[in-house]
Amino acid sequence: MIIKNKTVVEDDWRILRLNEQDAPDSVSVPSGKVIVPLKVWQAQRDTLKTRAELGVWLESSETAEDLQGDIARFQVIAVDFPRFADGRGYSIAYHLRERLGYQGELRAIGEVLRDQMFYLQRVGFDAFVPRPDKDIHEVLKGLSDFSETYQASVDQKVPLFRRVHRGVKV
Amino acid sequence: MYRYDQFDHQMVAERVAQFRDQVRRRLSNELTEDEFRVLRLQNGLYMQIHAYMLRIAVPYGLLSAAQMRMFAHIARKYDRDYGHFTTRQNVQFNWIKLPDAPDILADLATVEMHATQTSGNCIRNITCDEFAGVAKDEIVDPRPYAEILRQWSTFHPEFAYLPRKFKFSMTGAMTDRAAIAVHDVGLQVVKNAQGEVGFRVLVGGGLGRTPVIGTEICAFVPWQHAITYLESIVRVYNEHGRRDNMYKARIKILVKEIGIEEFRRQVEADWKFTKDGPCTLTVEELERVAACFTAPSYATLADSDVAAAQPGNTAFANWLQRNVKPHKVSGYASVVLSLKKPGMAPGDATAQQMEAAAELAERFSFGELRITHEQNLVLADVRQADLFTLWQAATERDMATPNIGLLTDIISCPGGDFCSLANARSIPLARAIAACFDNFDFLHDIGELDLNISGCVNACAHHHIGHIGILGVDKDGEEWYQVSIGGAQGNTSSIGKIIGKSFKFGQIPEVIARLLQVYVDERFDDERFIDTVRRLGFEPFKAYVYATPVEDDAELAGPIYDLLKQGTPYELPYYSPRF
Repeated sequence: MIIKNKTVVEDDWRILRLNEQDAPDSVSVPSGKVIVPLKVWQAQRDTLKTRAELGVWLESSETAEDLQGDIARFQVIAVDFPRFADGRGYSIAYHLRERLGYQGELRAIGEVLRDQMFYLQRVGFDAFVPRPDKDIHEVLKGLSDFSETYQASVDQKVPLFRRVHRGVKV
Repeated sequence: MYRYDQFDHQMVAERVAQFRDQVRRRLSNELTEDEFRVLRLQNGLYMQIHAYMLRIAVPYGLLSAAQMRMFAHIARKYDRDYGHFTTRQNVQFNWIKLPDAPDILADLATVEMHATQTSGNCIRNITCDEFAGVAKDEIVDPRPYAEILRQWSTFHPEFAYLPRKFKFSMTGAMTDRAAIAVHDVGLQVVKNAQGEVGFRVLVGGGLGRTPVIGTEICAFVPWQHAITYLESIVRVYNEHGRRDNMYKARIKILVKEIGIEEFRRQVEADWKFTKDGPCTLTVEELERVAACFTAPSYATLADSDVAAAQPGNTAFANWLQRNVKPHKVSGYASVVLSLKKPGMAPGDATAQQMEAAAELAERFSFGELRITHEQNLVLADVRQADLFTLWQAATERDMATPNIGLLTDIISCPGGDFCSLANARSIPLARAIAACFDNFDFLHDIGELDLNISGCVNACAHHHIGHIGILGVDKDGEEWYQVSIGGAQGNTSSIGKIIGKSFKFGQIPEVIARLLQVYVDERFDDERFIDTVRRLGFEPFKAYVYATPVEDDAELAGPIYDLLKQGTPYELPYYSPRF
């Protein structure tokens, strides 16, 4: 189960994570709907690009620009949060959406917890795989912590001061 | 001052509800401490030696009398009747119980305050010139911009988990009173040759383990582009700041490693996508916010010679000389209420003092106060004709010590008595120094001298930019103190140099006395201590301090000196008579 479009849904994508003995150019990519590491995509591009259904995931040390020119090939792009406090994934998501114009599913994987959900959704994530020990329905609640925001981001391109008439009502 | 509208109120209320639920989940163990720590820090809640410490944001150091009264209320209801004003213009309470924290935030929300982003690896409270709006040397009032940036940075979704904390400081005056050169980003609001307003932007300044003076990244960013430009700086930092070593994670290290030219190139490459986009500031928004910072209704008054009206009153004259500052409107002055009475912990105020300060603000200064980064309070708009009455009232509450800018106006962190990061105690040392140098004639003769005491290398008391800086260090579990000289804040900021081997607590007053002796012997007429150090270099000072052994005055800290030898953590805070 994952969270997608603000609801809990079934999901049949598999995330391929490399073990220590796996090399990106030789690891066997299972058939079916697989989200492969960026390094595997880069190393096995010629064979993988023929697949009808493919996803790719980025480590937090990688950048959105590494996918430039390729983003249309993927049904899913995922960004890994090795620790929830590693905030690079937020800027990676922002770049994918704002700079590269990625319109497809953007999935947060790794240490995805309830209390980061609101910000994750703001920077363009629309799918979330919570850490397995957490109750996914509890995590879902984090999406609605706030009903208004000051600044623009991916979810709301216009800052508050341009959207509403502000000021103290007398 | 800025007033919340429905949107501000709503967001703060939702923040309180969010944190209340997070505390509930922590208390029921649904959240682990590792998961909760980051969340509580972003709500200002630290775990210290004795209890939780709550740091409340005072945006750009400006607050109303009602807000100050709320601090007194919090001190009484949830703490031990006092609070501590900090070098980042915030206030801290030391004895908070976790289940109370959401209630305190709810109380704060009723006076349009919060503790959001006062800690954690996010954009912190933006500090500002404490004389903003009233200083004679001001070019542009920075407060509307500080408020606009406060809103931009509050709950910014992309920048809540930066490599490390991120501090802005801002001034709009000729003289920098906000230490902008030692912040991650320092902003000077300026006008260009055409009279247009913009920002001179410094980046990569900071203190801590690696003190660095900030470098100019842009001489003039037009005000309309402030948000987009600063957002690009923080974005480049978020992506490329080091995360492998927390001591190398601040933006200053990134700027040093890749160089200012490359950093600037990356910022501008990012900025070109957002410049002129929807986040460009509008005249309407600037005017809406600026309307909150219009001048109060000053009376038309002439300047007067206040001292002459009280002939022979040297105590009042001393106070006028040290604690009263010029105002841009004739007939008015700004007053610094000293929280540095010798014997007290620097920056501490009791609930009674907070209430008294609120009352003085209402009586004499249009109901507003400021907190200075030197840990004092300011009444910015006082009629000169009221100064004598104000002085009498402030004296009654121990807030009129005439020592602003002098040796005993010591800047001090909470240190080993409270802080779990500290290597040594700061407050008892500040008290001991103040007790040793309590002769006002001597202090006035020495003149302007910044003395800063940090209990550890994190440099909360800005010891690197003290004319004399003292840093607590740990040597095999014992508390020692390193002394540096030649640091300075302001337009000619510099980082102090350590004079040599560190000292024991009981040696420090004698070391200071020796430094001052060299100064007194060598100074030209009106030369300040820092200027003599700059002219002579630090060798003569070092030579004199180490020429003969410095006695370790074991009596100095009083009868419980042995406590000082215990090393951290302590069973009991040593210093305060108030518990």
